[in-house]
Amino acid sequence: MQVTKTTTLGETVALNEPLAPASSQQHGKVQVSHGTGRRWPLSRWLTLLTFAVLLALPVLLAVLDNSFLLTLVSRCMIYGIAAISLNLILGYGGMLSLGHAAFFGIGAYVVGITAQNFMYGTALMEWPFELAASNDAIVVWPVAILLSALAALLIGAISLRTSGVYFLMLTLAFAQMIYFIFVSLDQYGGDDGMNLMSRNTLLGLDLDNDLTFYYVCFGCLLLIYLLVQRLIAARFGMVLRGCKQNEQRMQAMGFPTYRYRLMAFALAGAGAGLAGALIGNQMEYVSPNLLHWKMSGELMVMVLLGGLGTLLGPLWGAFAFLLVEDVLSGITEHWMLFFGPFLILVVLFAKGGIYGYLIRKEQP
Amino acid sequence: MSTTDTPWALEARGLVKRYGQLVATDHADICVAKGELHALIGPNGAGKTTLIKQLSGEIFSDQGQIRFHGADITRMPIHQRAHRGLVRSYQITSIFEEMSVIDNVALAVQALQGHSFRFWRPAASDARLREPAFRCLERVRLAHRASVLAGNLAHGEKRQLEIAMTLAAEPSMLLLDEPMAGMSPEESGQMVELLQALKGEHSILLVEHDMDAVFSLSDRLTVLVYGKPLVTGTAAEIRNDQRVREAYLGEEAA
Ligand SMILES: Nc1ncnc2c1ncn2[C@@H]1O[C@H](COP(=O)(O)OP(=O)(O)OP(=O)(O)O)[C@@H](O)[C@H]1O
Ligand SMILES: [Mg+2]
Repeated sequence: MQVTKTTTLGETVALNEPLAPASSQQHGKVQVSHGTGRRWPLSRWLTLLTFAVLLALPVLLAVLDNSFLLTLVSRCMIYGIAAISLNLILGYGGMLSLGHAAFFGIGAYVVGITAQNFMYGTALMEWPFELAASNDAIVVWPVAILLSALAALLIGAISLRTSGVYFLMLTLAFAQMIYFIFVSLDQYGGDDGMNLMSRNTLLGLDLDNDLTFYYVCFGCLLLIYLLVQRLIAARFGMVLRGCKQNEQRMQAMGFPTYRYRLMAFALAGAGAGLAGALIGNQMEYVSPNLLHWKMSGELMVMVLLGGLGTLLGPLWGAFAFLLVEDVLSGITEHWMLFFGPFLILVVLFAKGGIYGYLIRKEQP
Repeated sequence: MSTTDTPWALEARGLVKRYGQLVATDHADICVAKGELHALIGPNGAGKTTLIKQLSGEIFSDQGQIRFHGADITRMPIHQRAHRGLVRSYQITSIFEEMSVIDNVALAVQALQGHSFRFWRPAASDARLREPAFRCLERVRLAHRASVLAGNLAHGEKRQLEIAMTLAAEPSMLLLDEPMAGMSPEESGQMVELLQALKGEHSILLVEHDMDAVFSLSDRLTVLVYGKPLVTGTAAEIRNDQRVREAYLGEEAA
């Protein structure tokens, strides 16, 4: 019997527990009376719709001959990846991190630094061994992901010894430290950042082509989305959500919670690193602003705007944030003046964010 | 560190826990034999929960030593004690309110089965988690509520879930902190039945205010007053002990 049940994910998952025959019947009855039955839940429709629109959008834009929007949507998808990765620790893990921009920025700087060295034909480092710069995404991006994850591992290892406001302060402090390190790197533009000559190549693909780049971003987004979806429903995700709800009980049941939270923190850092590598390519410009705490705040706003602790919410939040920013900043320089009230309205009236509000009935 | 030639499942000696000036546990000795149901009673604020916390590893003791099946676990963190088979339940219900009832228990089962760095297979369709979890729910008569959100359970049901989660860890020893707190007489009756069934399978340290239940269930009792064990003995011995009457049973025994 195929029964479905609603979880805290706001997603419907099959509950195929093979139970003892007598009890399974009884169990099944309870399930059916809950009434979701075989019908697809709204969240699944919305997910399908979202990715279908993103997949088809370039065709429409080609007809309209609107390349500006293509770039903007690429940007939204990239921030969506960063927001999804933040949501992993913020929404599912309950870790209030205000340092996520650090990992985003590190990813971008890996791209920037390798690009500059590649352009000048200089070595990335000469000691202890000489390391030449590459311009292929297949090398550069994994390095960006790895270094971001490593930074997250180090920062998390210390910050996760605390919780609540102290955790927030520590992640903020570490991120600002990294910000100032990059500001002081004069050979890489210091305060001003640096321009890239061109985007990376990806196994012969020309990413300077905006359409190609769009689909690469789309592919990365889809990949990250699916990975997080699996991870959240897997044993690891159960532990992560358990730690958010009642860490003390988790420990009493036998979970060394610190390790699991640290792993989640590092994975989120890795996701942000990928987003950073993409944004560096997208803008062909990398600056310390990407690591500033304001960026961490914006990523957090995206998550809250779309729906904390939902799979699709952060992506919607990134789109809402960037599209509204784009429209408003075209009208007035003081766009934050109008964006602020919009945010307050969403938080007050659409509890759980835009997407979270739509699927609220599926959530407990 | 021999683990076999001791009659004790749990052996705590000279435990001390201070909260500032207050000595919550004051050089307490408590020993629970293998398979024994040992009750810990005492007036409110006597330090029963504090002692449970020290034994389970939630807090470390300022002084003293704890042995579990002969092995010194004094400095062992709580999650490792759980893996050794020493698991507690909570006086104030401590469950995962935003998860379904069965997910609560499945998580407790999961804690046993090696590490949880498993990122791919959905836990909700994993028979290795679901089947044992469901059996635990049947045991506490909560199976019919398996898919309900834990936060939506009635108080008594939450207490049952609390026990199911403890049992799911397949512990050799249970530390139960007032499992019947706030239960209706009918629910308490069921809990006594359950404890009766668990007795013998597990070593149990039971903190409980319900004297009828305590006297009918326990092999031995320890009376705790101001963090210090006053006397340990069988139900009959405790009932007839003058000091206990004065210190604790007071009105009831008079
Ligand atoms: N974290 C703490 N900080 C300070 N004092 C504490 C703390 N926890 C407990 N106490 C004090 O220690 C004493 C023992 O408390 P404890 O909760 O262990 O008693 P108890 O026997 O479980 O009581 P009850 O029957 O009400 O559950 C009380 O005086 C309590 O106020
Ligand atoms: Mg207590």
